[in-house]
Amino acid sequence: MSLILIIEQTLNGIQFGVMLFLMAAGLTLIFGVMGVINLAHGSLYMIGAFAAAAVAGATGSFLLALAASLVVAAIAGALIELTVMRRLYDRDHLDQVLATFALILIFSEGTRWAFGSFPLFLDIPDALSGPITLPFGVQYPLYRLAIIGIGLVVALGLFALISRTRIGMQIRAGESDREMIGALGVNISVLYTLVFALGAALAGFAGALIGAIQSVQVGMGEPVLILAFVVVVIGGIGSIKGALVGALLVGLTDTLGRFLLPSFFGLFMEPSSAMSVGSSLSSMSIYILMAAVLLFKPTGLYGSA
Amino acid sequence: MQREQLINATTLLALLAVPLWAWYVDEPFTITLATKVAIFALAGVGLNLALGLGGLVSFGHAAFFGIGGYAMGILASHAQTYTPLASWPFLLEGTKSMPVIWLVAMVMSGLAALAVGALSLRTTGVYFIMITLAFGQMFFYFAISWPAYGGEDGLSIYVRNGFPGLNTLDPIQFFMLCYVLLAVVLFFFARLAKSPFGMALNAARQNDERVQTVGITPYRLRLVAFVISGAVTGLAGALFADLNRFVSPTMLSWQTSGEIMVFIILGGVGRLYGPVIGAGLFIMLEHFLGGLSEFWHVYLGVLLLLVVLFARGGLIGLLAGKEVAHD
Repeated sequence: MSLILIIEQTLNGIQFGVMLFLMAAGLTLIFGVMGVINLAHGSLYMIGAFAAAAVAGATGSFLLALAASLVVAAIAGALIELTVMRRLYDRDHLDQVLATFALILIFSEGTRWAFGSFPLFLDIPDALSGPITLPFGVQYPLYRLAIIGIGLVVALGLFALISRTRIGMQIRAGESDREMIGALGVNISVLYTLVFALGAALAGFAGALIGAIQSVQVGMGEPVLILAFVVVVIGGIGSIKGALVGALLVGLTDTLGRFLLPSFFGLFMEPSSAMSVGSSLSSMSIYILMAAVLLFKPTGLYGSA
Repeated sequence: MQREQLINATTLLALLAVPLWAWYVDEPFTITLATKVAIFALAGVGLNLALGLGGLVSFGHAAFFGIGGYAMGILASHAQTYTPLASWPFLLEGTKSMPVIWLVAMVMSGLAALAVGALSLRTTGVYFIMITLAFGQMFFYFAISWPAYGGEDGLSIYVRNGFPGLNTLDPIQFFMLCYVLLAVVLFFFARLAKSPFGMALNAARQNDERVQTVGITPYRLRLVAFVISGAVTGLAGALFADLNRFVSPTMLSWQTSGEIMVFIILGGVGRLYGPVIGAGLFIMLEHFLGGLSEFWHVYLGVLLLLVVLFARGGLIGLLAGKEVAHD
């Protein structure tokens, strides 16, 4: 185990964390402002990836594909908000869970019906393909590095949007008192649709970026959705900052756990059982992290009660 | 209330009559479908104690369903290969006897529910949903990455486990076993809901603070309810694994948790027989729509969406009117 390998895995962890942040930010924003839990967020991730793959297949342009993922996912999000979510704001969480579970079934099977069960592939653009040499002689794929960069830029943009702009002010006001901002003349239903579309666009964008590394297929969204839940729980519901910290923690714990735990157990166990204990423990590591955070801060690291 | 009781009795009788008729005309597949209904209903009834009565929206009950399934798979696989589970500190053998397997399944899934519940019940609302979902995934990934019992491929059992005095390979006899267990649990839960424990649990769902003021700790009530709920779902898992003679991580997946919840919502939340009707409806939809189209989940999704948005009491609510408050 060398330093180079550790640096490489750490970068992988950060890249994974940045992707989780794009998912978790939308979830936590939607929950913070509207108080709904949206299981269909994973479907929006999938829709973004499929839109990107379809556009890239038709035009060959990766930039157009990314743009398509943003636009299509935002439109899908706005449609979901207008037709379904709107009716669920004053329902209990059980109804929200079940309605969005129904949306998952509809979107997953609908996509399978439209695109078939075989995975699609989205190619990394030529300008970003191949490795790049970093300090200490680390060879790292340029595309993954670009994802980290794009993710951090999006995170900064989101912070600026929330804390510096008029719409961000309205979003924050909506989180603390939605009746009041309605009384002050802000059109809440438009605001809600916008927030939902924004969250959806972020999820779709993440799907398109990851789609180029993995394959684009039905059901790709749900594992990421559940990890994003873990991130939101660790960071605290409604907190963008918490989502960023939680996402990086989960990304690093998962990646480094998979890499380090088997060799750690190899120090005092025979190789085959060290491998199996290490791999099963590392697949549980982020949930153990979540349990630990919950023991000390039941509302998450940055959550308010 | 009268009409709901009538519906309940009809449901229970229909679930008995259909397989008996199928047995008479020699249609074993229909008996298997009815067995599936009884088992899914049992899982749903288990979850409904936490969800309907206790207001605990657990999205991780597949974990307990799967642990019950694996309890059966592990015990039976050791019995069929004649290898002991453990030889230290004392000899622990596998078994093919259903009563023992049921007991182990309930104890193991109850213990898992105790651990998950003790942590998750520190939170409420959306946190609780997300955390139970996450813990459910934890068990799922554990089952996939633990190679000793089949990992991703699952574990098959050659012969169905035995019950003293019965031939469990005969579909109708196995159905009767599942049906009797379901009836026993339904009877027990009906008594439980009317007991001081059930009353207090129900009250804690409606108004947490008031229950605390009269000196009851809701946390403890909810934890007990969660453990009983997990154990019953685990029992259903052991039966389901025995029905298929196969157990795999799919039983632990989050979709399974969602489906168990779907049984409850289709039938009616907080109604004792809701999951029985819901499971029946689900299996019928799966059978008939699945025959019409490969993409029958789309129709299921649309139906579920309509029920959630427009028919909040589920099927029992539609038939019996609004006698039981569902808030």
